[in-house]
Amino acid sequence: MARKVTSRRVLVSTIAAWLFGFLIFLPILWMVLTSFKTELEAFSMPPKFLLFHWTTENYATVQERSNYFHHALNSIIIAGGSTLVALVIAIPAAWSMAFAPTKRTKDVLLWMLSTKMMPPVGVLVPIYLIFRDFGLLDSRGGLILILCLGNLPIVIWMLFTYFKEIPKDILEAARMDGATIERELVYVLTPMAIPGLASTMLLNLILAWNEAFWTLNLSTSEAAPLTVFIASYSSPEGLFWAKLSAASTLAIAPIIILGWFSQRQLVRGLTFGAVK
Amino acid sequence: MGQITLQGVRKSFGPVNIIRDANLDIEDGSFVVFVGPSGCGKTTLLRLIAGLEDVTGGKILIDGHNVVDVPPAKRGLSMVFQSYALYPHMSVRGNIAFGLKMAGLPRPEIERKVEAAAATLNLTPYLDRKPRDLSGGQRQRVAIGRAIVREPKAFLFDEPLSNLDAALRVQMRLEVTRLQKQLGTTAVYVTHDQVEAMTMADKIVVLNAGSIEQYGTPLELYERPANLFVAGFIGSPKMNFVSGEVAGDHGAATVGVRPEHLKVGKDGEGWPGTVSVAEHLGSDTFLYVDAGKFGMLTVRYVGELSLQAGDSVWLVPDPGRLHRFDKEGGAIRP
Repeated sequence: MARKVTSRRVLVSTIAAWLFGFLIFLPILWMVLTSFKTELEAFSMPPKFLLFHWTTENYATVQERSNYFHHALNSIIIAGGSTLVALVIAIPAAWSMAFAPTKRTKDVLLWMLSTKMMPPVGVLVPIYLIFRDFGLLDSRGGLILILCLGNLPIVIWMLFTYFKEIPKDILEAARMDGATIERELVYVLTPMAIPGLASTMLLNLILAWNEAFWTLNLSTSEAAPLTVFIASYSSPEGLFWAKLSAASTLAIAPIIILGWFSQRQLVRGLTFGAVK
Repeated sequence: MGQITLQGVRKSFGPVNIIRDANLDIEDGSFVVFVGPSGCGKTTLLRLIAGLEDVTGGKILIDGHNVVDVPPAKRGLSMVFQSYALYPHMSVRGNIAFGLKMAGLPRPEIERKVEAAAATLNLTPYLDRKPRDLSGGQRQRVAIGRAIVREPKAFLFDEPLSNLDAALRVQMRLEVTRLQKQLGTTAVYVTHDQVEAMTMADKIVVLNAGSIEQYGTPLELYERPANLFVAGFIGSPKMNFVSGEVAGDHGAATVGVRPEHLKVGKDGEGWPGTVSVAEHLGSDTFLYVDAGKFGMLTVRYVGELSLQAGDSVWLVPDPGRLHRFDKEGGAIRP
């Protein structure tokens, strides 16, 4: 028998869900509000919620003081580039683990995931020295490389779970039809895995866009993405809350808009292929 | 041409032997069915011929050439899968054309061949649909279309009808047989359904535990089973087996008699028993008779026989249709 859900229960849980959602959304809302306040109002006590002097001067100052579009372009190139490179490596890797597994495939998968459990700061010094010696510091190529390597385990895992859902018969049919492995990947597997590829790509874009540890430590100006742009507003002379908020709002706007339009794909991605 | 010969083919997965020493000669243009219980290795044997699995030992010859090191696509065979394995993102046209596209045929020729294959299979109105918009039978036809369009040396069918409902299965069975006769292409067909095997095959291969038990025409298998396994597997309802004293009288360890070769005799004639279940189908009557030391015996009578559960009967086996088997289960021939 189906469980009975009373209308009161529905009401209570709906309210609870909205409250919880609002709680999660609050910091972002507060940030956006703060970005429209003057520096003085930004930390006034008691805090002002909506009744303050609305101003866009922070945005003007931010664009004046540092070039938003330069950093935004870097973010796009680094996040996009690392995602693309990761997919190019991960598709064949996940293919071989999903369709031609060996005794050690499980171990390899777990080992790859285990690299994500190490705190990145643990390898900061060696990585920094390697980057210095290879002239990769403050270069887009270097950041693409490090972010791609950092996210590769997750990308391979996600694609692996998606590929596992594809019936082996279909790939064998392609093989009988005369497709080489490359053609099998291009004409059969990839088109069938498009929903999975899309959500993997989106999640990876977001992870790379938001990544702050490596981008802050390995870039200063030339290749600096938006994370560095935000950080530059917390200076030793003190915090400029309103300007910092304006910078942050500008930095996260593109990814929030992207996320908004691709919610469904994202939910699929985050459930790691568990929901069909 | 499509002659397939297996010479000492073996396959093992680690220490497990799936196929032990298979030798077989499939003539060009014939319809050969691999039949056996699940896990007997029939699908593995088909996949070995297809090239989807590598042999552990032995040779597979197609038209005289050993193909064990040839990749599946280069063997000139096409396969119809149990799950149909259609490409879900392609239209029916795309599915049928895929193999030709991979072979690099010019577009107009592909178009012409796809149209012809679709016409043969009554798929023309559906060419631009996606597989998800088709019924089970139509999907099955697309899978067959994909196989015939490449004009292969042989078709390999892996239980292609087992996902269809009973009525459609009978219809598709006829269509597949008719199509194969019309094209004259060699076909190897795997099934666990012995009725399918008997009705479709020119020759049947009975497999059990990785070994070929018998290879012959359906009637040879029915009339002269090589051993107890084949005798029990081919024919429906199953052959009755009686061992012990009665078998000894016939100079065998076990004697077998098919339900249709057991007659209801006069009182005092043959083997006595009591009807435990009687099934009246109108066209046939099936009796399940508890015959004491002879065990449970099944009787098939063509027509209506007015017997009920609890009635005593005397059963007379047709002496000319008695199968004798030795201790090892092999058939004893006069």
